[in-house]
Amino acid sequence: MADVLDRVKNIIVERLDVDESKVTENASFKDDLEADSLDVVELVMELEDEFDLEISDEDAEKINTVGDAVNYINSNQ
Amino acid sequence: MLDDQTALVTGASRGIGKAIALELAKSGANVVVNYSGSQAKAEEVVEEIKAIGRDAIAIQANVSNSDDVQAMIKQTVEQFGSVDILVNNAGITRDNLLMRMKEEEFDDVIDTNLKGVFNCIKGVTRQMMKQRGGKIVNVASIVGVMGNPGQVNYVAAKSGVIGMTKSVAKELASRHVNVNAVAPGFIATDMTDDLTEEQKQQMHDMIPLDRLGDPEDVARVVRFLASEDSKYMTGQTLHVDGGMVM
Repeated sequence: MADVLDRVKNIIVERLDVDESKVTENASFKDDLEADSLDVVELVMELEDEFDLEISDEDAEKINTVGDAVNYINSNQ
Repeated sequence: MLDDQTALVTGASRGIGKAIALELAKSGANVVVNYSGSQAKAEEVVEEIKAIGRDAIAIQANVSNSDDVQAMIKQTVEQFGSVDILVNNAGITRDNLLMRMKEEEFDDVIDTNLKGVFNCIKGVTRQMMKQRGGKIVNVASIVGVMGNPGQVNYVAAKSGVIGMTKSVAKELASRHVNVNAVAPGFIATDMTDDLTEEQKQQMHDMIPLDRLGDPEDVARVVRFLASEDSKYMTGQTLHVDGGMVM
């Protein structure tokens, strides 16, 4: 199984159509990766499917960067 | 026209909702017939749809309860694999003059007719975003545009639905989800049977096309808004009222 970070990166690259080099752990979806609010909602939905998780609305609101997503997944799997 | 699409119609056991469910089925859609209390009538609608040659199931859910709505949408997706069309039709009336209206009468109507629409839209949005598309049609009312004495609760809810239609249309446009509304005028159903003859005559006199509407008059416009024929429309409210409000 690929590393969580790699799997998250792949989804982000595909969904947001951004260059992989921009997808660092500190990259903010909205500020660095040009995602709008709805993109982030969709991204969270895809992460739920990919990692078989249910991310509550409260938790989803705290996911602002690539690292936030990876940390959430690591601590909830 | 709607071949193999899945339509969820709330409040579909009778009246306008039933006519919408049958019209969508005639156009090729499989239909989830939602009902709140009238199980026998909902099952009759299911049988009528099956007689047309489409698939249908009846699901009980109170739209004002978000858990009910979530369960209904889950069951819909499990059964049919998608939700392509949502028609928010379920509605109640608790008419009373403002001075006499109880807080409970106000809340009941807002909960079902306004919050119910929110619950159902929120419930299907995830599925429609995944599908990269969908059609949402809200059944508002012409009184939501023109106001009506004795219906402050109903009118507030229906105006709210028209506003909600515009906001959701803007939010979901980039995901190819079209969100529109119809505003029926005076349509002959159980709901309008409760009006007095005098009230009916008064409304009749306001209708340029000189007749009350049939549920099918509304259903055909809903079918248009649920189809690709209206794909360049979103956020609109179409008046289906015989020209009463222009």
